[in-house]
Amino acid sequence: MRRAGQVLLGLVVLIAAAAPWLAPNPPDRAFTELLYAPPTPIRFTPRLRLSPEEGFGAAGLFMYPQRLVSRLERRFEEDRQHPAALEWFTGGRLVTVAEAQGGPLLLLGADRFGRDTFSRLLYGARASLALAAVATVLALAIGALVGGVAGYAGGTVDDLLSRFTDFVLVLPAIYVALALRAVMPLVLPPATVFVGLTGIFALLGWPIVARGVRAIIASERERDYALAVHALGARPSRILLRHLLPAAGGYLGVQATLLLPAFILAEATLSYVGLGFPETVPTWGTLLQEAANVSLLAEAPWMLAPAAAIFIVVLAVNLAVQGTGRAPVQLEP
Amino acid sequence: MARFLARRLLFALVLVLVVSSASLVLARLAPGDVSAQLGPFASPTEIASTRARFGLDRSPAAQWTLWAGRALRFEFGESFLYNRPVRGLIGRAAANTAALAVVALAAATLLGIPLGMFTGSRRGAGAALVRGASLVFLSVPPLLTSLILVFIAATTRLFPPGGMTTAGALEVGWSAWLLDVAIHIPLPALALALPIAATFERLQSQSMTEALHQPFALAALARGVAPRDVIVRHAWRVSLRPICAVYGLAIGALLSGSFIVEFVTAWPGLGRLMYEALRARDIYLVAGCAAMGGLFLAFGSLIGDLLLAAADPRVRERQAA
Repeated sequence: MRRAGQVLLGLVVLIAAAAPWLAPNPPDRAFTELLYAPPTPIRFTPRLRLSPEEGFGAAGLFMYPQRLVSRLERRFEEDRQHPAALEWFTGGRLVTVAEAQGGPLLLLGADRFGRDTFSRLLYGARASLALAAVATVLALAIGALVGGVAGYAGGTVDDLLSRFTDFVLVLPAIYVALALRAVMPLVLPPATVFVGLTGIFALLGWPIVARGVRAIIASERERDYALAVHALGARPSRILLRHLLPAAGGYLGVQATLLLPAFILAEATLSYVGLGFPETVPTWGTLLQEAANVSLLAEAPWMLAPAAAIFIVVLAVNLAVQGTGRAPVQLEP
Repeated sequence: MARFLARRLLFALVLVLVVSSASLVLARLAPGDVSAQLGPFASPTEIASTRARFGLDRSPAAQWTLWAGRALRFEFGESFLYNRPVRGLIGRAAANTAALAVVALAAATLLGIPLGMFTGSRRGAGAALVRGASLVFLSVPPLLTSLILVFIAATTRLFPPGGMTTAGALEVGWSAWLLDVAIHIPLPALALALPIAATFERLQSQSMTEALHQPFALAALARGVAPRDVIVRHAWRVSLRPICAVYGLAIGALLSGSFIVEFVTAWPGLGRLMYEALRARDIYLVAGCAAMGGLFLAFGSLIGDLLLAAADPRVRERQAA
């Protein structure tokens, strides 16, 4: 089970990295005739390539182009007259169908602007994972520093830092994130949003790290090896960073796997309520916004695809940390 | 015990004061203010008088002093978004959130604990199924449960996909209104409860297994107590301690989770109100919501601590000290 979780997590990262190659369409290309088009059914023919005119690919997979029948009812029909073969390894993509050949290939349907949900989902993984990863690293760094200093210094410094840590820990993170994001200007360029959100998430994630690191460092500094380097005349900063902090490495690793999904969720929540990335940037949160329209959701259930993606990541992490003797992910937001 | 309670009360006071003051100052320092609500054609004198009316012409520090003095008398100022005193607004929203949280906690307890007792004391396909289901629900945060439940509600039309009441229900009468709320509450409450129920199930299951492995369980069995009674009457009481320990955490999770659930299912609670207030730069309403949230949090952790003390005599001694 643990291995399954790790493999799943690795797979998600790989998919995010290979998004431009895996996505059948550019993420911001709007097919204006295909607003809310359903997923394209992929069909199989046992015949291998017979002639170029027939256009069936080597694998025998093909699709029919979708045509809008009723704009009011958002009803689509397949154009049975013009089968289009899936094109493998063309134009720098794994599989695609050119528009001229009868495309596009919409594996998870289209959104309200006619953009390919599947391609946006793959690109969204990049933004969501990158944001969560950077915020995790920052939170670990702050937590290790504060916890390390508190644990190493002891006394008043320790008291003050620990009190402060506990206070931040008590606050309901999602409300603080909401408040901090809301006081920034509501409309910001994507890069600024990225920096702002990583900062906010790091500020909210560090206390739990600091608490654990403090306990580890406080017990570690009493050990013989720590006394030995002290006796050799090493500076406190060197003792802390070079000799004591490595002892907290395993703990930091577990915390990283807990913070990562929490940050992915936080981004999704903020973007969903309109306080995250602007709608033009595909992230799992902005994609979920499409699911906010209840009456459309019933007709276009593929809008829930980003929810499935978030679920897979959280499940992978829960499986990966299982059996390490730690509690499963605490679902904060 | 009295000392413990006094300390917790002091903590609650500090928490409420810090949280609400910080959010007031933060919202005040944010770009944009209430005068944006007047529209682009408002005259400068109009803008100035509106700002003066809400104390925005003072410095942030002076404004805070004025606000804090009134807040001590439970006067939280006036909301410019709703044009009404903040006190009534946050009172109603807090009641709605509390109702949602209480129903959700009850649902999570009633679902999680019996199922945990079941999986903790039995092997076989049924228990494995429940265990797998709760592992799945552990990975489905309230954002996803609420979206999926709204989707199910919208496709099956079995229950309303959002809101707290149907418009005009109150005119029909109190009982009709209450019934209407009762129809609307299961969706958001379940969305909030499912991840917590899964946590409870896992914990109860583990502690039940542990309790059944202890000598007293074997002794009871040897005395001829029926296995069913060993589980329900003896092992269960011992196994309750870890659940009581997470109740305080669960109340915090309820408050955090309720924000997105309220947002998705259009439940008129504290989280939604705070969101609206933040977006409109309605600073007194923001501060009022934060104060109320802090109060919730403080009481949640107090209830959690009291439950823990009730379940574990060692904790009681530490609290008394």
